[in-house]
Amino acid sequence: MNDNTPAPAAVPPLSEATHERFAREIAKYPPDQAQSAVMACLAIVQQEHGHVSPEHEKVVADVLGMPQIAVHEVTTFYNMYNQRPIGRFKLNVCTNLPCQLRDGEKALAHLEKKLGIGMGGTTADGLFTLQQSECLGACADSPVMLVNDRTMCSFMTSEKLDQLVDGLRACAHPAASNGESA
Amino acid sequence: MTPDQVLEQFRATGVQTCFHDRHIEPQIYAGLDGTNWRLADYEARGGYKALRKILTEGMTPDQVIAEVKGSGLRGRGGAGFPTGLKWSFMPRQFPGQKYLVCNSDEGEPGTCKDRDILQFNPHIVIEGMAIAAFAMGISVGYNYIHGEIFGTYERFEEALEEARAAGYLGDAIMGSGYNFQLHAAHGFGAYICGEETALLESLEGKKGQPRFKPPFPASFGLYGKPTTINNTETFAAVPWIILNGGPAYLACGKPNNGGTKIYSVSGDVEMPGNYEVPMGTPFSKLLELAGGVRKGRQLKAVIPGGSSSPVLPASIMMDCTMDYDSIAKAGSMLGSGAVIVMDDSRSMVESLRRLSYFYMHESCGQCTPCREGTGWLWRVVDRIHNGHGKPSDMDLLNSVADNIQGRTICALGDAAAMPVRAMIKHFRHEFEALIPGYVAKTPVNA
Repeated sequence: MNDNTPAPAAVPPLSEATHERFAREIAKYPPDQAQSAVMACLAIVQQEHGHVSPEHEKVVADVLGMPQIAVHEVTTFYNMYNQRPIGRFKLNVCTNLPCQLRDGEKALAHLEKKLGIGMGGTTADGLFTLQQSECLGACADSPVMLVNDRTMCSFMTSEKLDQLVDGLRACAHPAASNGESA
Repeated sequence: MTPDQVLEQFRATGVQTCFHDRHIEPQIYAGLDGTNWRLADYEARGGYKALRKILTEGMTPDQVIAEVKGSGLRGRGGAGFPTGLKWSFMPRQFPGQKYLVCNSDEGEPGTCKDRDILQFNPHIVIEGMAIAAFAMGISVGYNYIHGEIFGTYERFEEALEEARAAGYLGDAIMGSGYNFQLHAAHGFGAYICGEETALLESLEGKKGQPRFKPPFPASFGLYGKPTTINNTETFAAVPWIILNGGPAYLACGKPNNGGTKIYSVSGDVEMPGNYEVPMGTPFSKLLELAGGVRKGRQLKAVIPGGSSSPVLPASIMMDCTMDYDSIAKAGSMLGSGAVIVMDDSRSMVESLRRLSYFYMHESCGQCTPCREGTGWLWRVVDRIHNGHGKPSDMDLLNSVADNIQGRTICALGDAAAMPVRAMIKHFRHEFEALIPGYVAKTPVNA
C-alpha cells in the first residue's frame, strides 16, 4: 500500500450491543432467511469498527448461518463496505454527470488540494480518506458528499468544504486548532 | 463541537428541492415543510383516510385494483408499466407467503425524488404499500432504500414505528381481519440493485446480480415466492387515487398517462430540484419552473429520464410534453423522470465519457457483453476525449454498443449502450472533431 492507511490492529470482538443490533435486523426476515440481514449487519460492523475485517465477516457468517465466503462476496460487491482500515472520516464526493455539471469534480479537486492527498488516499494523521463516488441520489443538491456512509452533505461549495474539513479537524485536534494546550 | 454537530450544518433541508412554490397541483409533495413528516401531521393532511375507507367501507381487493387500473397510473421507477395491470398478475389463491417490495434504491443519475418523498412524507409510502398489500392479499412487505441516503432510511424506520404503534401496520389493522408487516432494508452502494431482480437477490443477502426473466417476480420473486415490486413514487400515488377515484387521477394528466409526476431537474438550470407537475406538462414549462437555463445560456441538450435514457437535442426537447408517450415518440424515455439539462457550453464527449465510466463501474460482471463492452465503451470515449481517438473509433463505438444492447440478462447493458448511440446520432460532429485525421463521412448537423 502506498498511502497512509493505519496498520491493522488486533480485531476487537463484537459487543453484546452489536449482537442486539444484529438481532433487530434478523427479526425483520423469516426465521429461515437470516442471511437477508447480512447487508445491515456488515453496515453495523463498519459503523462500529470503521471497516469490515475477515474476522468480523466470520462472526457475521456464524450469526447468520451462512458460509463466510458468501459474506465476503457481499462485502466485495457493494461499493460502500471498507475492506481495510481507512481514515476516521470517509469523504465520498459524487462526480457523476449531474454533479459534474454542477462542480462535483471541482469539489473533489478542492479537497485533494486542501487535504494534500489524491483520490483514494488517506491523510498522514489518519483523519480523512477521500474517494470519488458514483450517484449518491442527491443530484439536485450538487455538489454533494457523503461522510462516513451516513451523513449527506449538500451544496458543498469550496467555502463549505473548508468549513467542514476545518470543523472536523478541530474536533480531532482541539488543542492544535485553537492554539491552547490540552 | 462533535463531528456529528459539524456535519449537521451541511445537511440538506429540502427547501431548494422540495419546499418551494413551483410545483403544479402537487399531490405527494403538497403541504410539506420539512417539519411535518410525522404521523400526526400526515393524518392532519388526510393521511390514512384511504386505507380507512377501504377497510371500513368494505372495498374489495378487486375494486381497489380496478380503481388503480382506471387511474392510468404507470410505474414511476422507469419502465412505465401500468400499475393496476401489474397488481392483477399476482396469483390470488396462492397458498404460501407472498411479498410486496418497494424499490427505493434510487441511484439512477439525475434522480432524487424518492429521497424527498421518504424524507419528508414517509407515511404516504407506508399507506400506499398497505393498500397495495390489501389489494393483492399480501401480508409481508419490505422497502429497500438506497444505502447512500442512510439518514432517510433511519427516518423511514421511525415512521414505521409510528405506524405500528397507531395500528396502521401489524395485525388486525383498524380492527379488520387484515394483517400487514412492513420492514425497511437498505442497500450499500450498488446501482444494479435498482433492477428489480437484483434488488431481490440483495434482499436475500446476496450479490445484486439480476435474474433471468421469465420467471417474473409475480410468480418467482423474493425467496422464490410471488412478489410485486413497485417504485416509491408509485406507492405514494395510491392513497390519492383511492380517495379521489381513478378517473380523477387520470384527468390530472393526459390519456394513458395519469396523474402528477415528480421530475428531478438537475444540471444547467438556475434552480435544480424536484418538481411535481401534471403528466403532459410541456418541457418548456418545466424548464421555466426550474428557473431556465443557467446564466442565461442557451439550451443544448436534455437527458429526459435519467442517465440511461437517450439524449435529445434542444430543438426536439422543446417540442415535447413531459409524459411517457411524448418522450418515447421523440426517441427517448421518460424513465425515472430525471431531467438532466445541458447548456451550450457543454462538451457531449466529456458528458458521455463520465456516463460510460459509470456504467463500466456499475456493471455487475455477470454477462460478458456488458462486463467487457462497458469497459470498451469507456476506453474508446476516453481516448477520443483525450485527443488520441482513431478514425475507426466512431464505427467501433457503434459496433460495441450493438453487441451489448439486447444481449444481456438485464437492462444495464442497454442503459450503457443507448446513451452512446444517441450521443453519436445527435452530436457526431463533436466526436469527429476530436479525432486527429478524421474525414467526416456524414454531413455535419447540429
